Amino acid sequence: MALNGHQCDDDTIDEDETPTKQPRSNKEMPGYFRNESNNEAASPAGRATSDRRTSNSTTRHRIDSLKKTRPPFPWFGMDIGGTLVKLVYFEPKDITAEEEQEEVENLKSIRRYLTSNTAYGKTGIRDVHLELQDLTLCGRTGNLHFIRFPTHDLPAFLQMGRNKHFSSLHTTLCATGGGAYKFESDFRTMADLQLHKLDELDCLIRGVLYIDSVVSSGPSECYYFENPTDPDHCIQRPYTLENPYPLLLVNIGSGVSILAVYSENNYKRVTGTSLGGGTFLGLCCLLTGCSTFEEALEMASQGESTRVDKLVRDIYGGDYESFGNMMSKDKRESVSKEDLARATLVTITNNIGSITRMCALNENIERVVFVGNFLRVNTLSMKLLAYAMDYWSKGQLKALFLRHEGYFGAVGALLELLHPS
Amino acid sequence: MAECGRVDSSTSSHTMDKSITLPPDEIFRNLENAKRFAIDIGGSLTKLAYYSTVQHKVAKVRSFEHNTKDADSDKLYEISVQEEVTARLHFIKFENAYIETCLDFIKDHLVNTETKVIKATGGGAHKFKELIERKLGLKVDKEDEMTCLIKGCNFVLRNIPHEAFVYAKHADSEFRFQTTHPDIFPYLLVNIGSGVSIVKVESEDKFERIGGSSIGGGTFWGLGALLTKTKRFDELLQLASKGQHASVDMLVKDIYGGSYGSLGLTGDLIASSFGKSATADKEFSKEDMAKSLLHMISNDIGQLACLYAKLHNLSRVYFGGFFIRGHPVTMHTITYSINFFTKGEVQALFLRHEGYLGAIGAFLKGAEEDSKGGVETCIISGSRLLHKVSLDLSCENPNQYSWGENYAGSSGLMSVSPDMNPMQRARSGTFDMLEMDRLERQLVNLPLLQDPSSYIPDTMDLTEDALAREYWLYCFEEALDGVVKRAVASQPDIPEANERAEKFRQKYRHKLQTLRHQPFAYGSLTVRSLLDTREHCLNEFNFPDPYSKIKQRENDMALKYYEKAVKSMEELSWEQRQFALVRGVLAGNVFDWGAKAVSDVLESDPEFGFEEAKRQLEERPWLVDSYDQWLERLKGPPHKCALFFVDNSGVDIILGVMPFVRELLSRGTEVVLASNSGPALNDVTNGELQILTERIAAMDPVIQAGLKEDRLTLVQSGSSSPCLDLSRLDKVLAMVVRERKTDLVIIEGMGRAIHTNYYAMLSCESLKMAVIKNSWLADRLGGKLFSVVFKYEVPAGKPSQDSAALTPS
Repeated sequence: MALNGHQCDDDTIDEDETPTKQPRSNKEMPGYFRNESNNEAASPAGRATSDRRTSNSTTRHRIDSLKKTRPPFPWFGMDIGGTLVKLVYFEPKDITAEEEQEEVENLKSIRRYLTSNTAYGKTGIRDVHLELQDLTLCGRTGNLHFIRFPTHDLPAFLQMGRNKHFSSLHTTLCATGGGAYKFESDFRTMADLQLHKLDELDCLIRGVLYIDSVVSSGPSECYYFENPTDPDHCIQRPYTLENPYPLLLVNIGSGVSILAVYSENNYKRVTGTSLGGGTFLGLCCLLTGCSTFEEALEMASQGESTRVDKLVRDIYGGDYESFGNMMSKDKRESVSKEDLARATLVTITNNIGSITRMCALNENIERVVFVGNFLRVNTLSMKLLAYAMDYWSKGQLKALFLRHEGYFGAVGALLELLHPS
Repeated sequence: MAECGRVDSSTSSHTMDKSITLPPDEIFRNLENAKRFAIDIGGSLTKLAYYSTVQHKVAKVRSFEHNTKDADSDKLYEISVQEEVTARLHFIKFENAYIETCLDFIKDHLVNTETKVIKATGGGAHKFKELIERKLGLKVDKEDEMTCLIKGCNFVLRNIPHEAFVYAKHADSEFRFQTTHPDIFPYLLVNIGSGVSIVKVESEDKFERIGGSSIGGGTFWGLGALLTKTKRFDELLQLASKGQHASVDMLVKDIYGGSYGSLGLTGDLIASSFGKSATADKEFSKEDMAKSLLHMISNDIGQLACLYAKLHNLSRVYFGGFFIRGHPVTMHTITYSINFFTKGEVQALFLRHEGYLGAIGAFLKGAEEDSKGGVETCIISGSRLLHKVSLDLSCENPNQYSWGENYAGSSGLMSVSPDMNPMQRARSGTFDMLEMDRLERQLVNLPLLQDPSSYIPDTMDLTEDALAREYWLYCFEEALDGVVKRAVASQPDIPEANERAEKFRQKYRHKLQTLRHQPFAYGSLTVRSLLDTREHCLNEFNFPDPYSKIKQRENDMALKYYEKAVKSMEELSWEQRQFALVRGVLAGNVFDWGAKAVSDVLESDPEFGFEEAKRQLEERPWLVDSYDQWLERLKGPPHKCALFFVDNSGVDIILGVMPFVRELLSRGTEVVLASNSGPALNDVTNGELQILTERIAAMDPVIQAGLKEDRLTLVQSGSSSPCLDLSRLDKVLAMVVRERKTDLVIIEGMGRAIHTNYYAMLSCESLKMAVIKNSWLADRLGGKLFSVVFKYEVPAGKPSQDSAALTPS
């Protein structure tokens, strides 16, 4: 009786999934287990622990209890930042014929729309390369999709939600990021949607730990740069984030937050800086007239920062004064947009590196994980950060990066939907 | 780091050369005697340092030989004005545009110096090397910038009492000056030049650059120029001060709609600098962009400074460099940032003479090398005379001495007002000066201060108290005529005294005017600083001791009554006598030319007598009255040793203080009399007191015995001020105090016990006695003219002397 209980709104989905689930679950297990055991040691009450129990269990009883708490589809997690909205969508691939038949048209249409396109409207983009396939979540198997669009296009998104009658699905929309607060009333009035608001740092950490724990095949989630101080031999290498704690988590979005994480539930925000991705893009727009992050990065990759910055060659070799050369009129006139973009990128990145390094020293933490959308397709910044961490600490600090750089908050929000804390 | 200003210096400077006429005797002062030069050339400002010897007149007193005494019986001692040579350090700051003119001027006025080398530092030193060598014929010897900066910083922190200040824009006064901490180390110096250098300074010779940032003044300037098409640094700051950063920056509330409550981040906090210029398709005003840039850079530097301070466990963080230099806007944003990032635990400190640090350091570097290099012959030529002076004046390391800021020769903070339009400033071609006089003795803390680090000499901070400031500035201006008159009268045989006195008047009046507009110019404005400034100005125009003759006359007169006064005391019962002695000190203290109310009476009625003064005294209970406790204490065991800071000449010292001292000696208490090293108003100087004491000893066996048995000692305070700074006293005094196990400090007079030290906490018993001879001050303290302050204090925690008296050991 319980398994068909009304706790699950969508009764039909509950049937017949154990056969498919079990093997998939096993397949996920190696990677899953590895980190879970560590997590457990650090935080016995951790959420991931319950997942492990579930996947490890062969008893019908466990599965039943899972069904009870499982929310109805669609499963979304959303992170509404200052610049970008990040959306993760779980597409169930284990839908039975019966389920398919029962599935309401709206739900189907949303699923098809999201999974059959890689771009939405003018600015929405699905990062296909980040898609996680054959993922088992809450007893269901499917693909996790990663979608983003600029925050200023949120009204269009809400309009779409309204057109597609999203609200008729009676789903809970878990959202984090400042926009969850700022736009809560817009969600209600424009799309008749009720947001479940979540703290962005809680979600971020939960998302990081989860993604790291479930990715076992394909490119390693976590990586670092070997020989960061030697440009010719600087190579990206996979990294196994074993015993992750303590770690310094640096989230570079529009601004920057730096967190010291001691366990999944034990973390603190050490500091933050307003010189982040938004500053890079904002300054680039003003200085070069560009309008997108990609454009700015492209210019930066072609520029030369030393024409803009002022090198102090004499005393403390290696130092420079950002934009120092721009005090001179002649040099201002001869500088190219590409050089300016480059200098902006280098300045912002090095500053983040510098503050991060000081925090790592003050907190006595040796591992630094950089996340956030500023690092998207931004190898230059990642290498600079890797260089800065390594060089200034004489090899003591390690800069780590995660493939799903900007999506962890949204993933954390999704997890909250599936496993309310 | 160096200043930057490479923008204009090369192109526009030379066109202005020569067209400027310098008022030279007011700027490059004393150049004829100058030697050992150092120069710090930044991007826009040049700082020149040199050492000179100053000849000035000092009043000396000399006792007549005993055999001639009878012949000239109406005079106690002889006053002679002598030429004395003292050492002075000159520092001048001017815009790079004038460098050539200035070098020419120096060349023309430099006489016969043995100096071969000029120490140079700063980013521009290289650029102007050839010019300096050609113009001055001196070899440019470049010194490391950071070393110079730190050396200079240590020097000003050690020698200038109100060097460091906190800048709080919304407080009553924006400047809150810090009292000199006896131990200046360790500290963090954040130098914001083009880039940022963060230096940890642990001792005189040990410092380390522990970090830095590329985002500094150069970033503000360079990026600001790109964004606003505004070239000049000052103009950029001007723009920034008018802008609204919220239109450019993405604030927490732009993302959250309000605050981010769970983290305690308020909605107005900047989440992303320039974050809005990326998302909005619109134009931004120059002002707003400049403001956003200023916030971005200041916050970033503040944050880094805090992270370094935390890592190295440092709480004193000084900020300097051209980004800061005198700019209220940047001091404000840096202060804000430090407050934010340390939650108020660390205060951003700024330095009054920040701009001079490099030049001072370079100069000191040269001096150190010279002093190691051995004796050097030098001839110092005056404009009129050519003297050979003793070499020790010039060839020693300045760090071996204490130095004092000369208020007469120093421009003060923000002599170039930042409120002025930057264009006007550029054209006005202002010169800023700092002069420091070598003090004859090394100054140290009184060992009996309860907490030297929190000791503040001055009772009232006129920087913060606008009403008091207004009154005292008015009061000093009112008194100026009298001071001028007396100065002229003190030199009756010198015809040009009138002219000099007039110059003095102008100078001091100008100082008062400056202080009216910029009360923070020389640190905290206090009655003490106003008095000291007046003394410095008088000395400047060779009026070393305007009161010398008056003091002499008064001393003579008072001496005649000494025996009578003592005798009348002896006739009294013990208890009556104790009271009479205290009344005597208080009545004597009414005789004070420094107090306007009194000088009026003294001038109009020279017969105003001691008895008259006693009648004028307030009846008990006094305004502050702990006489009963004092009397109780006297019934107990005698003090081991009393240190007595004396005040005026004449009746005060002879008829008031001496009988009191006599009683202490009779009780078995040793007495150390501390008097001024140099003249100030009618205060008795150590030289005068030596003679007076000898004369009294001749009349009084008690004093005689005291001197003979070394139970009465005369020491100099090291000061030439009518007030008293217990943190800057002669090293010898401190030594004597310690040796004698001093357990009682007596401070007498309005200047020493009320204007200063009224709240001073000592680690032994103390007695502060004064008559309030100023109706405004009396009013302030809740009393009236001639109210009495008799403040006897026993430090908390000390066993009560009363109980000690009951149980003699």
